[in-house]
Amino acid sequence: MPRDNITDVLSAPARLYHPGGSALPNDSILSRDDAQALIERIKQFSRADAVEVQIFGGYATNVRFADNQMSTAGGVGDFQVGVQSYFGAKHAVVTTNELTDEALRRAVEKSETLARLAPDDPESMPQLPPQQYQPVEAYFPSVADMSAEARARIALTALEPCRSAGDLTAAGFLQNNAFFTAFGSSTGLFAYHRGTSSNYTVTVRTTDGTGSGWGGAEHNDAGQVDFAAVSRRAIEKARASQKPVAIEPGRYTVIMEPQAVGDLCQLIGFYADARATDEGRSPFVKQGGGTKVGEKIVDERINLYADPFDPMVRAQPFDGDGLPLGRQEFVRNGVLETLYYSRFWAKKKGVQPTGAPTSFLMRGGSASVEDMIKSTPRGILVTRLWYLREVDPRTILYTGLTRDGTFLIENGKVSRAVKNFRFNDSPLFMLNNLETLGRPERLAGTEAGGAVVVPAIKVRDFNFTSLSDAI
Amino acid sequence: MTTRRDFLKTGSVAAGAVALSSSLPGALHGTEAMVPRVRHVATAPEMDAVVKELLMEALNAAKLAGASYADARIGRYLQNFVVTREQQIINVVDTDSIGIGVRALVDGTWGFAASRDLTKAGVAAAAREAAAIAKANGVARDRRITLAPAPAVPNASWKNAYEIDPWTIPVEEKADLLIRSNAAGLKAANVKYVFSALFFRKQERNYANTDGSVIAQTIVQTAIQQQFTAVSPDFSDFQNRGNTIQPVGRGWEWVLQKQLAENAVAWGEEASAKLKAKPVEVGRYDLVLHPSHLWLTIHESIAHPTELDRAMGYEANYAGTSFVAPPADFLGKFTYGPAFMNVQGDRSQPGALATVGYDDEGVAPDEFLIVKEGKVNDYQTTREQASWLDWWYKSQGKAVRSHGCSYADNWSSVQFQRMPNVSLMPGEKEQSYEDLIAATDRGIAIVGDGSFSIDQQRYNAQFGGQLFYEIRGGKIVGMLKDVAYQIRTPEFWNSMDMIGGKQSYEVWGSFFDGKGQPGQVNAVSHGSVPARFRNVNVINTGRTA
Repeated sequence: MPRDNITDVLSAPARLYHPGGSALPNDSILSRDDAQALIERIKQFSRADAVEVQIFGGYATNVRFADNQMSTAGGVGDFQVGVQSYFGAKHAVVTTNELTDEALRRAVEKSETLARLAPDDPESMPQLPPQQYQPVEAYFPSVADMSAEARARIALTALEPCRSAGDLTAAGFLQNNAFFTAFGSSTGLFAYHRGTSSNYTVTVRTTDGTGSGWGGAEHNDAGQVDFAAVSRRAIEKARASQKPVAIEPGRYTVIMEPQAVGDLCQLIGFYADARATDEGRSPFVKQGGGTKVGEKIVDERINLYADPFDPMVRAQPFDGDGLPLGRQEFVRNGVLETLYYSRFWAKKKGVQPTGAPTSFLMRGGSASVEDMIKSTPRGILVTRLWYLREVDPRTILYTGLTRDGTFLIENGKVSRAVKNFRFNDSPLFMLNNLETLGRPERLAGTEAGGAVVVPAIKVRDFNFTSLSDAI
Repeated sequence: MTTRRDFLKTGSVAAGAVALSSSLPGALHGTEAMVPRVRHVATAPEMDAVVKELLMEALNAAKLAGASYADARIGRYLQNFVVTREQQIINVVDTDSIGIGVRALVDGTWGFAASRDLTKAGVAAAAREAAAIAKANGVARDRRITLAPAPAVPNASWKNAYEIDPWTIPVEEKADLLIRSNAAGLKAANVKYVFSALFFRKQERNYANTDGSVIAQTIVQTAIQQQFTAVSPDFSDFQNRGNTIQPVGRGWEWVLQKQLAENAVAWGEEASAKLKAKPVEVGRYDLVLHPSHLWLTIHESIAHPTELDRAMGYEANYAGTSFVAPPADFLGKFTYGPAFMNVQGDRSQPGALATVGYDDEGVAPDEFLIVKEGKVNDYQTTREQASWLDWWYKSQGKAVRSHGCSYADNWSSVQFQRMPNVSLMPGEKEQSYEDLIAATDRGIAIVGDGSFSIDQQRYNAQFGGQLFYEIRGGKIVGMLKDVAYQIRTPEFWNSMDMIGGKQSYEVWGSFFDGKGQPGQVNAVSHGSVPARFRNVNVINTGRTA
């Protein structure tokens, strides 16, 4: 970019929505009507055969603390406009975060220039006609309006008890997000969603270096998060996990708290792609060709689904193509119900596209973690997992480690803290070895991200392959 | 599900948490002579007067609001992706983001605010917000933050090693190159699918602080992502070959040098050969690790644990802590590896990803040995952290100064300690990867990075790779598959008994290294020589679904 573009921006007229010049709290969240007006304005600049516009705005605030003191804290407002122009089978995307007419016109023109030069995309799909969306109420002022001092006081729910204990150090993070997203195209399609989320996680370590515990919670409504309880849980886990002993790696009955279940089971969704399966490169390929749709792939008590309307999720009810999302079962009673179909692949195969889910849920049972422990003669209790990475895409075999509270269960009781394990196992193998389902919880984020609601589970023969000295 | 076509995110299709890269040992040398015609001679930037005025406005507003120190960054962050599969385009994406980030220190506590509003009123509002957040945090303050001194740099400019700005290359030229390369890869037996992408970043960074520094820098980075997939005719197996080329701090000239269409035939054949490779027998083997593989082991087991903020518990709630802690127990004392092992931190190697003229606190980075003759010698630091080690630097007769490792991945992100280039330095004896294989009786040679996972203190790690070769009697006798090795970091590095010389040194790296909350991405390079490790535990990762 030539340097004078910056001066163009600086000398441009006042911004569309902030004549006062402030881009701070809530200025980045457009109402439905304002978002639609902005999309219409951008569409007027278009000379392409078709155009899609996606806009996103958000204001995110955070507080971070570590080593029993505050580290960084901030507030960030941003806005992004993405324009995708189409000429026949050619298309290209340009994004900008500038909202002057001049900058928007430039972005549209640039996407048109790039699209004209791009090779044909034989999989380019026509724009969707206008769709009906059922709105999701996900925006809560408890998050959007929380003050900087209120955020710092949440940090104190961990810092104060750890400082006064003398043998504990706390590290944690509170992130509040308020955002909106809107999508529109030249067919008149328009989709809008806005939401908030408050996410709080704490790790407490004992100063002798032998114990570490974790707690976390997330909700769209900060009023539904018990921040002090999260801090207390991390402290209790830290104390209970002190001075772990080494026990032999091998296959164990394992009770996984929901955080660990989410990290592993969410992976199944990432591999459930119809096209990759039809092409012979997914875990759901049948020997000799074809797919495992209709076959039992895991224990019959397992149900995996997406549902943006679930009150524990409140996720965006449309995907990046503007397809409405509803409740969709991927695994029902252990049977693979469907794979993910993009619009292109669905058309090619003569089926309905599924839309790209914005949530992942696993139906639970009624057992508490305590119930599961009571019924276990010998097993391992896992608080959370860490650094999950694919080892073999043919089986969803992943490796990773336990972290922040791993315990031995003997004769129905937690008997002692044990050293962390590395595992090499697949969620498909694991869900075939199911013993008990617990109660579903909204997770405070997984390694892969997204809105995830899963229960604790108890499984047989989970494969721990080595010990780790990490605390 | 990963296959969603969220059109603004197309560029992340192959962007896992860390890593790209690798190539044929033979293809790694000697292409420097292929300098393309120069279309545009890139020069170091001069800071725009209006930008400078806005930076000063922000700093003044922060000071008036009570900041004892503040810095401001106005940056323009551009990305360009061209994504293809087989013989077709998937998408073309161009992103552009501009704004200001202000950091203010008030009564020893940080506050940060960022805004895309580049008016005088807008940048002043962001500065006041940063100071207000810092003040509000006073209720939870324990110790005051102090900064190590750094000389003011009043009028500096710098650019990295790129020669041809990728934004001057038409999209059809980029797409055509990928599609020709894909076609070459598809010629190999059983290779049915090829994914490829070009990913360019350009950062125009303008920086000023209340110490008097004013710095303009332009940085261009280039990544070439490829995956060749071979599917067995009876659908019983599929194998991928990826991470073929390292990402770099260079421009379009790098893409031309790598000769994608010419080299893709071999990459496709490697994917195909993996279908016929022999499953590894579990056991202990001597490993000969190529630089295209070893860079990632260095990254995970040396570079991350010697980040000083991590060692002091600042990343405990996310990325974890470090076994190389507390520093007083390790500096000058702990034996990381053999006496010929030297590991350097720097931001100066031309074309490396972490290379800059000045960091995001206005510090000119220096070169420093993290491991010196096998012993822990230093940590990666920022101005806030350097004074934590003042006792050590004084005992060594060194100045207490930041190593220049402060970095923010965007104008909207707060700067913190990020990894410089961390490299395993060459040995004195001039020996090659092939020499190491010839000296090995029973072992496995590994090329390219694959699966990787390490615990939150960086002890227990497991690594896969791209290509595995069985070594018998000093010779490669065939290809293996389903190989992963498990290590405990100190034992692993102390089992290293041979390393290559200067001629065998190569720089690889990652375009996507994650750290921090909220998460930020850093691009970092790791130079390495090939090295041999004795008696390492190898597992077989193959199962049937």
